[in-house]
Amino acid sequence: MKYFPELKKSFVIALWFMLLTFPILVIRVNTIENIVVWRWINLALIGIAAFVLSFLWQLYLKHKTAAAPDAAAHQSALVRRMSDPKFYRPFLLLIGILALVFPFVASHYQINIMTTALIYVMLGLGLNIEVGLAGLLDLGYVAFYAVGAYSYALLNYHFGLGFWTLLPAGALIAAFFGLLVGFPVLRLRGDYLAIVTLAFAEILRLVLENWNAFSFGPSGISNIPRPGFFGIDLTLEQSAVYMYFLLVALCVLTVFVIHRLQHSRIGRAWVALREDELACQAMGVDKTRAKLTAFALGATWAGMAGVLFAAKTTFINPASFTFLESAMILAIVVLGGMGSIVGVIIAALAIILLPEYLRVLGDYRMILFGAALILMMIFRPRGLVTPAGKTYEFRCADPPPAPEEKGRP
Amino acid sequence: MKPLLEVKNLTMAFGGIKALDGVHLHIAPGQIAALIGPNGAGKTTLFNCLTGIYTPTSGDILLNAPGGKTRRLNGLKINAITALGVARTFQNIRLFGGMTVLENVMIGRHPRSSSGILGAIFRPPATRREERDIVDKSYALLESIGLGDSANELASNLPYGAQRRLEIARALATEPRVLLLDEPAAGMNPQETNELEGLLTRLQAAHELSILLIEHDMKLVMNLAENIFVLDYGEEIARGAPQEIRNNPAVIKAYLGEEDDAEAQ
Repeated sequence: MKYFPELKKSFVIALWFMLLTFPILVIRVNTIENIVVWRWINLALIGIAAFVLSFLWQLYLKHKTAAAPDAAAHQSALVRRMSDPKFYRPFLLLIGILALVFPFVASHYQINIMTTALIYVMLGLGLNIEVGLAGLLDLGYVAFYAVGAYSYALLNYHFGLGFWTLLPAGALIAAFFGLLVGFPVLRLRGDYLAIVTLAFAEILRLVLENWNAFSFGPSGISNIPRPGFFGIDLTLEQSAVYMYFLLVALCVLTVFVIHRLQHSRIGRAWVALREDELACQAMGVDKTRAKLTAFALGATWAGMAGVLFAAKTTFINPASFTFLESAMILAIVVLGGMGSIVGVIIAALAIILLPEYLRVLGDYRMILFGAALILMMIFRPRGLVTPAGKTYEFRCADPPPAPEEKGRP
Repeated sequence: MKPLLEVKNLTMAFGGIKALDGVHLHIAPGQIAALIGPNGAGKTTLFNCLTGIYTPTSGDILLNAPGGKTRRLNGLKINAITALGVARTFQNIRLFGGMTVLENVMIGRHPRSSSGILGAIFRPPATRREERDIVDKSYALLESIGLGDSANELASNLPYGAQRRLEIARALATEPRVLLLDEPAAGMNPQETNELEGLLTRLQAAHELSILLIEHDMKLVMNLAENIFVLDYGEEIARGAPQEIRNNPAVIKAYLGEEDDAEAQ
């Protein structure tokens, strides 16, 4: 029989699942009447469901391995088509129009969650510089986010400085903190770097929590002003729309800057550093400088996002900057595909918006959210979008340039 | 003629073990020299000292630029030495596997270009020109080693021999005066080794290079090198033209062992 091995495997898996779920789904002890209810029908259902699902899964796997070469070709064709201006320009235009129309058709709540999601787009793209491009696993990215938020809140509280002054200032202060963390961890790689950055974020959070005189401790800072709009007083709804457009504009700026950085001399040096540190140095790249710029630029975006976050919520306290936030931002980068701008944007929107839209499902939403993440990692283990190497246009002059032409500096 | 690269009395000790012990070496401009010796003789250690991966315990590594200026390379950072004109390849290929073939060579242009963060973001005409120049020069190099057609493939997808050649092109992109090749023919079949020999001769002439190569393929070494240095247990046991080395009893002893040893076992 053609499918005998698959059937056999599915049968074993079904038996295993029946055994596993037996205690919770079959036996029910009724303590009032002191009887045990045996729900054998559940056992049968579990068995059948596990058998069918596992069989389908194995058929899929078999099909996939058979068609693997085709799939690879298909993938690259898709990527090529995606990078064709004729294909993506109308697509971008459509997204642009949707983004412009959105706040006028959506509810206040919708606009607010979209604004939050856009803050995470910025955070994801910023962390993407560190993790995706330069390969510096930073588990304490939220620290720079906190630095930005507290810069705005405290400088505004003490000196009355406005949003537009503090947006670049917050970014700069965060960049400075990026350098501060960058220096001691220059020699570290991988896991060790992750632990040190994690510790840095925890130190910062604990300082903010306990140094009451400086940061007002766990009670946080409230009444942070929203960004001004040429001195006009905005209603709550209007300011939400304003905030939304502000973030759309800043996200576009972020994408623009990061795209350009990625395809520059510096971006190439970062990727080379990620691929092989020693060979990268042997090619004349200054490791210290490359790592520090990656940290500082990554932190800049976290700082900016922090200022925006403080301005949006008008209240911040250390509880907003826990390790869970760092993990969330890292999840965005990993799910999106390391080093891919489009992937990170999609992942940020999905990770922040999915739990909100799944609210209708009540208590099951986090289970479904978790399942969605796991499925994504099974089907696309390298992230939603695998960045393809850039194709360069090169001049094939006639006659081709001879090597003799190269002069020395 | 003043040698381009001079190594004087170089010692590299790891704890109590001297991997290199008072090694002298010199390469004239435009010369191809070879460094040979049995496994563990300290050849790669010497390369690592020359390129700044290790800081030598004592001794001098001097680079005499054509202008007459002499730079001491000891203790400089790896990238600084590359910028001064000493480039290398690695014994176990260390390409940037996730980048395209062209991008691998483009990285080599790093020390010969200068645009920074602001240049990358605003892309003024100077940066555009520089980027254009990086792409063109890198592509020309790829053509010269016969990999022009694979420019946009991932480096990790190249066949083994091509990966070795790509490493050479990547090192050449840094515009070196001295090129250090660590076993460029390792794992190549005789046909590929032959092609490599032709390629190295061609590149040496085209780029006015001095080449120092570590190699176990004696035919390649004897054909290419004008001058051979032999290391054993971190010490230089012989130097000279291929013919002298071939008949040197100390070298034969180091490679084949002494007859007494064989009898004792």
